[in-house]
Amino acid sequence: MESGKKIIAAALIGAVAGATVVYLKFAGQSPLAYATPLLKHRLPPARNGGTVIQLCDGATSTEVRGLKPGQRMSREQALEVSRELMAQWQRKHPDQHWIMADSRSPAIGTQTQADSAAGSATPSNAVDGEPTASPSTAAAQSQQGDTYASFHKRDFMIFQAETENFVEQGRRIFHSAKLLGGTIGVSCDMCHPDAANTHPETYPKYQEQLQRVALLRDMINWCIENPVKGKTLDANDPRLRALEAYILAQRKGVPLAYGKH
Amino acid sequence: MAARHKSIETKYYEERDKVLKALRNCDRRTFLRLSAAAAGAVLAKGLTPPHSFQLVEVVQAAVEKGGSETGAGGNRPFRFAYISDTHLYERTLNQRFVRAIVKAVDDVNALDPQPDFVLFGGDLAQLGEPSQLELGKQILSGLKAPVKMMVGEHDWFLDLGNKWQEMFGPPTYSFDWKGVHVVVLMSVNEKDFWTARKMSAEERMQTVAGLDNPIQSRFEVGERQRQWLKDDLSKVSLTTPILIFSHSPLYKYYRPWNFWTEDADEVQAILRPYSRVVVIHGHTHQMLFNQIGNISFYGMLSTAWPWPYAPEGLPALTVQMNRADPFDQFDGCGDGQATVRTDGLVDTIYNLWDRNPVTVKADYLVSGGKRDKPPAPQFASY
Ligand code: HEC
Repeated sequence: MESGKKIIAAALIGAVAGATVVYLKFAGQSPLAYATPLLKHRLPPARNGGTVIQLCDGATSTEVRGLKPGQRMSREQALEVSRELMAQWQRKHPDQHWIMADSRSPAIGTQTQADSAAGSATPSNAVDGEPTASPSTAAAQSQQGDTYASFHKRDFMIFQAETENFVEQGRRIFHSAKLLGGTIGVSCDMCHPDAANTHPETYPKYQEQLQRVALLRDMINWCIENPVKGKTLDANDPRLRALEAYILAQRKGVPLAYGKH
Repeated sequence: MAARHKSIETKYYEERDKVLKALRNCDRRTFLRLSAAAAGAVLAKGLTPPHSFQLVEVVQAAVEKGGSETGAGGNRPFRFAYISDTHLYERTLNQRFVRAIVKAVDDVNALDPQPDFVLFGGDLAQLGEPSQLELGKQILSGLKAPVKMMVGEHDWFLDLGNKWQEMFGPPTYSFDWKGVHVVVLMSVNEKDFWTARKMSAEERMQTVAGLDNPIQSRFEVGERQRQWLKDDLSKVSLTTPILIFSHSPLYKYYRPWNFWTEDADEVQAILRPYSRVVVIHGHTHQMLFNQIGNISFYGMLSTAWPWPYAPEGLPALTVQMNRADPFDQFDGCGDGQATVRTDGLVDTIYNLWDRNPVTVKADYLVSGGKRDKPPAPQFASY
């Protein structure tokens, strides 16, 4: 036994900080099919010199008299405007129930998927574990006349195909150092086959190394800047959006777990 | 930010240089002093390991007196080191992976005593380009100990091995070392998926280089080489310890990523009659071990990047390494050493950079996980 023979290994750890980044001019960006800008709301003109405010449905609107550009409403006034918009929307959709938010979250198991889809006129009941409409009555007569009810099977097929196309664009970018704008030949798939270990379901989460809460896109950008040595992408850049789509699509069915490490 | 802060890499190299200088001819007292200083530095930064830098002392597994006695396996003990999966691009294109292989060469050269030889575990190049292979050869020539080369798919599929073989010789060979029969295999053959698709050499290489690219075929040792293996092993007795190096794992772990050898069952059948067989493989870039019958398997670390554990098929005996820090190029990467004991079994040290090294004893595997369990990960994959 040759005692006392030792190997000393020095393990060194780089501490917290940003890493060296070489900014190189970004290679020419090809026009991408999925890069269509998002549609804007088209507002009706203000007839009384006020400001027009529209609901997220893109159809229901109201004009706030006397509200000039740059001016801010009081909280009371803002609540009044919201109430007025929702009242209009409910007049147009008499059959639809709008679940008012309750600060208490429903106890686990008291509200099923079918319940929330059917809606509830008296939300406090749902919270107390007494769903107001049973799934079978909800399904018995289906509602008509609203946006979603006007979609047909074919529409959903088109939506599906569009979504898959978007994800496919993301897959291509994820697998291509060139499309990522990388400068050292490295692409994401080299370390993340099938986007494994990207854990999109864990965002937002605090990233100690960034000293802040990060969104998935912050992490994607960090990885573009670092292992890939490209230039970070603007939040609206179609490539960033497509990357997000691909990464999320790979985790279909995994429960959301924001904040998980 | 850049103006006020030093990058991780800059800091790393500064700290490392300082410590390595101090470590030269370092005796135990000095070592303890340095460890204490390192611990002090950790406290001063308000950090706890592993977010800082630390010294680790590894006591080498017992070596038989004089090193000349033979054990139950009829062999004398020896130690070898490995460097694997360096994935080099041209130097001008990618400094990151160059720094990593250089770091591994430094590690191995710093071993005292030096290992008997250094196994290179394959995937020297990223895309099989002559410039990439030559860069790798040049860097590996800085090793003090003799080097044994193994080929990986990234070295092979641009020109189907022409350049690699011209530089390093045949990819399949065997030799005897201190009573152990050592075999190096070429386990990354793929059935022709390129001709029918009219692929260029570059396209073929690029396809194989994509781990999750389903177009390619699965790895195999192939019939000719299996016959060669049978013939080669017929020359040694059934009690001679056998040490096999292969790039792909010689078992079936996860097919979609070629963490897999299609004819693994046939290869294992050839090895089954021998009492002591150890397989050391590359390709999977992670702490990975397995025991199938008489055969112990150890996966090597990569210097370039760690790979995620596959979503299924992980051998039950594998203790995962903690998930890697994406903000640290070296985390989850590394190199390693193995001690071939007098009974022909192998203890390995996973020299994970920027973390504590992990020793995996042969007894852990041969006892079916009952003895010497390596430390469990705090952050396993999900
Ligand atoms: C050189 C290897 C490498 C490359 C290239 C790379 N990554 Fe990573 N990345 C890692 C490692 C290692 C981790 C840590 C994995 C873990 O948590 O287990 C990681 C983590 C991540 C995470 C966070 C995962 C989590 O658990 O929070 C995201 C998101 C990510 N990478 C996206 C990308 C994207 C997008 C690209 C390409 C632009 C990319 N990565 C390129 C090695 C790499």
